[in-house]
Amino acid sequence: MLGLLWMILGPAAVVFLFMQAREKTGLAAEGVARTNTALQWGIILFIFIPIGIGLVIFGYYALKGEYDVSEPGLNEEKIAE
Amino acid sequence: MQLETQNNSIFKVIGASSLGTLIEWYDFYIFGSLATIIGAQLFPADAGASALINTLAIFAAGFIVRPFGALVFGRLGDLIGRKYTFLLTLVLMGGSTFLIGLIPSYSKIGYAAPVLVLLLRLVQGLALGGEYGGAATYVAEHAPAGKRGFFTSWIQTTATGGLFLSLGVIVVTKNMLGATVFADWGWRVPFLLSILLVGVSIYIRMKMHESPLFSKLKTEGKVSKNPLKESFSHKENFKMVLLALFGATMGQGVIWYTGQFYAQSFLENTCKLDFNDSRYILLWGIAFATPFFVVFGSWSDRVGRKWIMLTGMLLGILFYRPVYQVFLTDTDVSHVQPEAIFSSTDIAPVITPVGERGDSLITTQTRIVLKDGTAYTRAAQLTRFADPSKAPLQGETLYKDKQLPAPVFWKFVGLIFFQILLVTMVYGPIAAFLVELFPTKIRYTSMSLPYHVGNGVFGGLVPFIATLIASFKGATPLSGLWYPIGIATLSFVVGAVYLSNRQPEHHEPEH
Repeated sequence: MLGLLWMILGPAAVVFLFMQAREKTGLAAEGVARTNTALQWGIILFIFIPIGIGLVIFGYYALKGEYDVSEPGLNEEKIAE
Repeated sequence: MQLETQNNSIFKVIGASSLGTLIEWYDFYIFGSLATIIGAQLFPADAGASALINTLAIFAAGFIVRPFGALVFGRLGDLIGRKYTFLLTLVLMGGSTFLIGLIPSYSKIGYAAPVLVLLLRLVQGLALGGEYGGAATYVAEHAPAGKRGFFTSWIQTTATGGLFLSLGVIVVTKNMLGATVFADWGWRVPFLLSILLVGVSIYIRMKMHESPLFSKLKTEGKVSKNPLKESFSHKENFKMVLLALFGATMGQGVIWYTGQFYAQSFLENTCKLDFNDSRYILLWGIAFATPFFVVFGSWSDRVGRKWIMLTGMLLGILFYRPVYQVFLTDTDVSHVQPEAIFSSTDIAPVITPVGERGDSLITTQTRIVLKDGTAYTRAAQLTRFADPSKAPLQGETLYKDKQLPAPVFWKFVGLIFFQILLVTMVYGPIAAFLVELFPTKIRYTSMSLPYHVGNGVFGGLVPFIATLIASFKGATPLSGLWYPIGIATLSFVVGAVYLSNRQPEHHEPEH
């Protein structure tokens, strides 16, 4: 069931960041380009969206029980196929 | 005799790899340590605080591109080999650092100055993204079975060592040249010095041999043809990349950057400690704690990596707020009683004209020394209006440039030592942990990405996001800590539930 939590947490974190970005970039007065943080926020969102997607995929794998089995060499053999 | 020769050889490998990585960290961190001075050089004189913010944004850009460097150079390392790839990253890092030292100031070339520095900073970030995975992989692939934690832990000391070296070079250069000359051109010296350090390291690395495991793969024709595809499109490997990120490197990254960067920033900007005091506290803390990277790396060979790393995260989650509360309480001088004051010296007031109506801002400062040895400057601001009908406006009283008495100073060193001890717990075993998680032929690519997303993105953004949280309505000076505590908690839960204490050794399949 924890897998489901990770799957929800990924999009929730991205939505939270979007809301923060909207609020904080709106605080900078128009014409005050030097203090406007829109570019920084854009970069943060660009970086965190794939991480949020990664958390969803991680949750999906966890839900499917992919992390339950840990056999030596398993990883290597499957990659070599 | 043979064992002794083998040990000599492995220590040459560790020494050569660690020296280069240490220099790369040094290059990477001098920029952050000199942000205020560089900001004044790169941006217009009237930019004020926004110059620092923009300079810190350039500094952060170096962190954010690290995962891309991991992909570019990780792929190269899995295709052509570890040795030549981390030689290339060293050249790129050293070259860009040297060139930052040569960039003319804003007054000479205008906005071309910050743009050029940003580009060089991006190259630095890309190079670092490629360097660490290469060095860790290279050492691990030389290490005998059961000693990977011990051998790779030497690589782990270099990030802290690089920070220590950068702080040390800056303090020595500033003391030798004086504050004025240092702010004018002396700040360039630590950057220019890098070329000598990199030159020595390149010479040493040129003499090294390729990793034995990679050489074997190459001889057998088993080198990966497309490391990126094999790392991220094969579910069996990709799921381990995700597990490494969410269950280990993400939590490790925030513990690292809280203990070594946020702590200093908190002491200097929130507690208003004196510039030198805050740096000396950090330097002592680092010096005492650094040997523990090797202690925990070595210990992880015997008891497993998982619980050492997770215990470091758990202690951070539990103790960050009490530790930072002590910092705040012990530096609070706002309620000092008159009988506690030993001496009080007024500094000549500074009168600054405001606007064009004749209003003025009067700043009065008093240097106060207490009987227990504490010293600080009390600054008060008063706005006096040209219009006599308006009453003067009293501003907030600030307490700054605080110097601590010896017992409190060493108590703070102890608290920083504790935080860096947590860093050594999460960081000491992690190179061996990552190396063992992935097979040789795609190891460089696979381990570099989660490491640099965890450290570069989650860790590197600690100052920015913690400051952001502290700006929320109703926030306290300790609110910023919820970011590292939250991320470390998430990582702890994922790690505790899904990580195996003993990772399976990857045996290359026979064909």
